[in-house]
Amino acid sequence: MCGIVGLLVRNPKMRDSIGELMLPMLIGMTERGPDSAGLAMFGAPVEADQRKFSLYSGTADFNWSKLGHDFEKHLSIQAKVEPKANHAVLTTSLEPATVKVWLKEHYPQLHLLSVGQLMDIYKDVGTPAQVAERYDFKNFKGTHLVGHTRMATESAITPAHAHPFTAGEDWCLVHNGSLSNANSLRRKLEYQGIEFETDNDTEAACRYLQWRMREGDDLETALHKGFEELDGFYTLLMGTRNQLALVRDPFGCKPAIVAEHDDYVAIASEFRSLAHLPDIKNAKVFEPSPMEMYVWKI
Amino acid sequence: MENLNLKPVTFNLDVKPLREVNQYLHGDASELNGRSIFIENPNGAHNIAVGLNAQMDVTIKGHAGYYAAGMNQLAKITIEGSAGSGVAENMMSGVVHVKGFASNAAAATANGGLLIIDGDAGLRTAIAIKGADVVVGGSVGSFSAFMAQAGNFVILGDAGEGLGDSIYEAKIFVRGKVKSLGADCEKKTTSAEDRKILADLLIKSGHADVSPDTFQQYGSARTLYHFHVDNAGAY
Repeated sequence: MCGIVGLLVRNPKMRDSIGELMLPMLIGMTERGPDSAGLAMFGAPVEADQRKFSLYSGTADFNWSKLGHDFEKHLSIQAKVEPKANHAVLTTSLEPATVKVWLKEHYPQLHLLSVGQLMDIYKDVGTPAQVAERYDFKNFKGTHLVGHTRMATESAITPAHAHPFTAGEDWCLVHNGSLSNANSLRRKLEYQGIEFETDNDTEAACRYLQWRMREGDDLETALHKGFEELDGFYTLLMGTRNQLALVRDPFGCKPAIVAEHDDYVAIASEFRSLAHLPDIKNAKVFEPSPMEMYVWKI
Repeated sequence: MENLNLKPVTFNLDVKPLREVNQYLHGDASELNGRSIFIENPNGAHNIAVGLNAQMDVTIKGHAGYYAAGMNQLAKITIEGSAGSGVAENMMSGVVHVKGFASNAAAATANGGLLIIDGDAGLRTAIAIKGADVVVGGSVGSFSAFMAQAGNFVILGDAGEGLGDSIYEAKIFVRGKVKSLGADCEKKTTSAEDRKILADLLIKSGHADVSPDTFQQYGSARTLYHFHVDNAGAY
């Protein structure tokens, strides 16, 4: 199964409560995905020369302040580290390639979940309510977000296998469904120099789109090629700097429902997750068609 | 159907567990026949009003989740919002009316009764119906009426790809465009008898203003009933 949720807040006054609005949406998808949950949150951007690095340690007692201290000492550049349980967001103006090499060398046990100027990623095992509580999702502020609740069917239950996955800065994807050609896709992409972190089928879809966009396709062209290349069932929800995008497979095997309101656009696997949004009675609720691309901008 | 001597019953799913509501709806027919029952705050819950078997009038005041009104017998069930996958699946008799849109596989394998959807319906609508009538006010998605065996399927809008693939003896009437027909499904000339079936269904489903003469009928070419080597490619 798995559940997906997306929320884009159009009304600037409501952006400070996006976490609170989203929480019942994520928890509403618990039956579809009880084993892990994740969230990509797009908030205020950091300074133009800076980047945020979302890190995951695996253990809650990780010494994050030592990481910040080592970083500044070795690289002679300022870094801000904001820990939240076993996740932390590291902000620095050092270029990403150098940061990645340094992390790999000095902290190989850390997972780099995402790089960007607006997006933070949190993902972990546990029910959606437990994960939300652990990282205080309720108090998140921002413009838009992409969330996922996972019921693992094809690979292990670990934080690294949880969604969202990223493919490039401020770009993420969640998936409900299963791909039957993920392994052949992975082999093909590895020949193209694309690196994988897990054996997860969603990561294969994510890296495929990353590769297409690296080759110059825009998101829409990449997705159209994806309809040819991705064999299986999927609803994919993607987040970028300023938009959410949604596609469903040609057979409409995996669900999605959308509520468009003057104040927000909300997307979920089922209406159960939209039922408690404010003034939902006056939203335009519809089921997106298969093989069509839906895009909402902030 | 409504009996004015019986008091209407209202359930609020925000506070009442759905299982208790469904258990009430499975009660003795003498308690339920002729009664009006309202279900408030459905909020997309699955399996609302499934397996009913009495002449009651149930109104779901909002959006329903998966399999709403499944296996219905005798009851009239109205969903004021949209319905999730499998609404009225395997219905035997009675009427199910969705005022919004319906997701995939509406009326799947339904043996009898009437499903009315005012809005659009998803993929595989009326798949394998075995005698039910289905009227869709909007358009239907791909692979609708796949292997439909008996019954009537009226589409006021358009149909997606592969309409009526491997159809048996169900009758399909489409007012709009058909993107493509499935294997062994072909255009039919509407007989006086079929025109009457269509006209009756349009009246019953609130479309009395729509002329039956604006529909194209489709049905089985009957070439796939028995294996024939020349048809191997179509299987």
